[in-house]
Amino acid sequence: MPGRRATFWALALPPTLWLVAFLLAPLLLMAALSFRADLRGGILVPWTPTLIQYERLFGEGTYWGLLEVSVLLAAVVAVVATALAYPLAYLLAFRAGPRAGILLILLLVPFWTSFLLRVMAWKFMLGSEGLINSFLGFVGLIEEPITAILYNRNAVAITLVYVWIPFAMLPILAALQRVDPRLFEAAADLGSTPLSQFRRVALPLSMPGLLAAFFMVFIPTVGEYVTPLLVGGSSGSLYGNIIQLFFTQGTNYTFGSALSMVMLVGTVGLVILGLRLVQPRRFVGAEG
Amino acid sequence: MAALSSAVPPRIPARRRRGVPFLSAYYVGLLTLLYLPLAILVLFSVNANTSLSFPLRGLTLDWYGQLLEADAVIRSARNSLVVALLSSVAATALGTGVALLVVRFQFRAKAVLLGLSVLPLIVPFIVLAVALFVLFRAAHIDLSLWTIAIGHTVVALPYTVLIVLSRLIGFERNLEDAAMDLGASYPATLRLVVLPIIAPAMLAAALTAFTVSFDEFAIALFLAGPDQTFPVYLYSQLRFASRLPIMIALGVLLMAGTLTLLFAADRIRRLR
Repeated sequence: MPGRRATFWALALPPTLWLVAFLLAPLLLMAALSFRADLRGGILVPWTPTLIQYERLFGEGTYWGLLEVSVLLAAVVAVVATALAYPLAYLLAFRAGPRAGILLILLLVPFWTSFLLRVMAWKFMLGSEGLINSFLGFVGLIEEPITAILYNRNAVAITLVYVWIPFAMLPILAALQRVDPRLFEAAADLGSTPLSQFRRVALPLSMPGLLAAFFMVFIPTVGEYVTPLLVGGSSGSLYGNIIQLFFTQGTNYTFGSALSMVMLVGTVGLVILGLRLVQPRRFVGAEG
Repeated sequence: MAALSSAVPPRIPARRRRGVPFLSAYYVGLLTLLYLPLAILVLFSVNANTSLSFPLRGLTLDWYGQLLEADAVIRSARNSLVVALLSSVAATALGTGVALLVVRFQFRAKAVLLGLSVLPLIVPFIVLAVALFVLFRAAHIDLSLWTIAIGHTVVALPYTVLIVLSRLIGFERNLEDAAMDLGASYPATLRLVVLPIIAPAMLAAALTAFTVSFDEFAIALFLAGPDQTFPVYLYSQLRFASRLPIMIALGVLLMAGTLTLLFAADRIRRLR
């Protein structure tokens, strides 16, 4: 069929060219820069590959330490957001009845509003002249503003958990909606208590959704640099902030590229590992 | 929003309605927490003072009035709109192409094409942002609204591919076979049979891409030239406390606009 062949190329060429030009090329260019000593002569010139940037990255403890902190913070935020989102998904999937649709919309509305403005709203609440402090001062409960709740990593983590809860709920809800409610009845008929029904039916079957939720929060959080800029202050910066600095103020594209490559390889590696873990078949029929 | 219509589960026997009071209280508590910042923003936008602290000095609509004369603010919102429209159209067109290829054609590089299209889902935005930034520097392309739109198209593509793909998988090939048996060429079949079927999914994909772009900051900050989008402009104005209420007033209006759009889209989809 000649029409089909022409259609194939008409459909295939634009996305292929697009992905090569604006996804593959930039990532490869970044990879190439990370193996250069410096940018002498411009970006597109021949050069001798060197590992000097990576030696510096792994040699100086500060970068590696910051990466560990960022990965840890992202993991904590992802676990907490997923855990807090689970009861919401459970309510919507099994207990909300016909009101589930409207209850879901209400949860998602904040997620559709500006990320930057929501993060700023936390700043207005937590700041030393913010709502909480000025209210407590106004009613005379405190003399000095409480400063422990803004401009540190705790503030970054709290804000991010808040931002991600509705997002983390979606994959869990999708997984729970696929669970056949008759499984609970069968378990109950066989003498299972409500708690063990949850532990042995709902939880194992929602495992793929839980892992999806974890990664959907972990990946954006590990590369986060905006929230630390707004509520993190000088002690709250993350690995992403260092990358941002090397490409803006302290211009050093080669070292910044090496930092980015480590983050890219790390996250993609983690996701592949995660996908290996959640081969859905493993969870069906587990625990007899 | 695609999940909304399927979110209503079958009725549950009464004996299984345990734990509802606890879960309901939890839901209400979290919902309050989620809406608190939004309420604060609305309060800030009608607050007579430029800083939000107790006691409040009084309420005013002045900030909304001043908004009409704040050209730079309005222009940034217009820029956001242009970028979101461009990237939404591009991502939907490219994503539909990828989805059609994956479901309806056999070719060797299929896994590579699909993998590359959804790769941005697992690449942190800061990495994509700096990679594109370096690419544009190397190619001597000046940063502008176009470069932001390119970046947003890349990150919106996974969503458009997956949304159209799930719709295509859901419907039978029989209709296409029937059309071709009756003498329609393949391009005509695509246009007259497949396109109408996936049109709602394409609309949903376009809306998703639009909202992804409209609010995006991490990539836009790196790829913005002299013309800034609303989040980038907002960020640049944070240092000036006196400008803040106007920005937030616009933010509240944009929020209201986005929500109206999304609810309208949901309604349209249900009418079909």
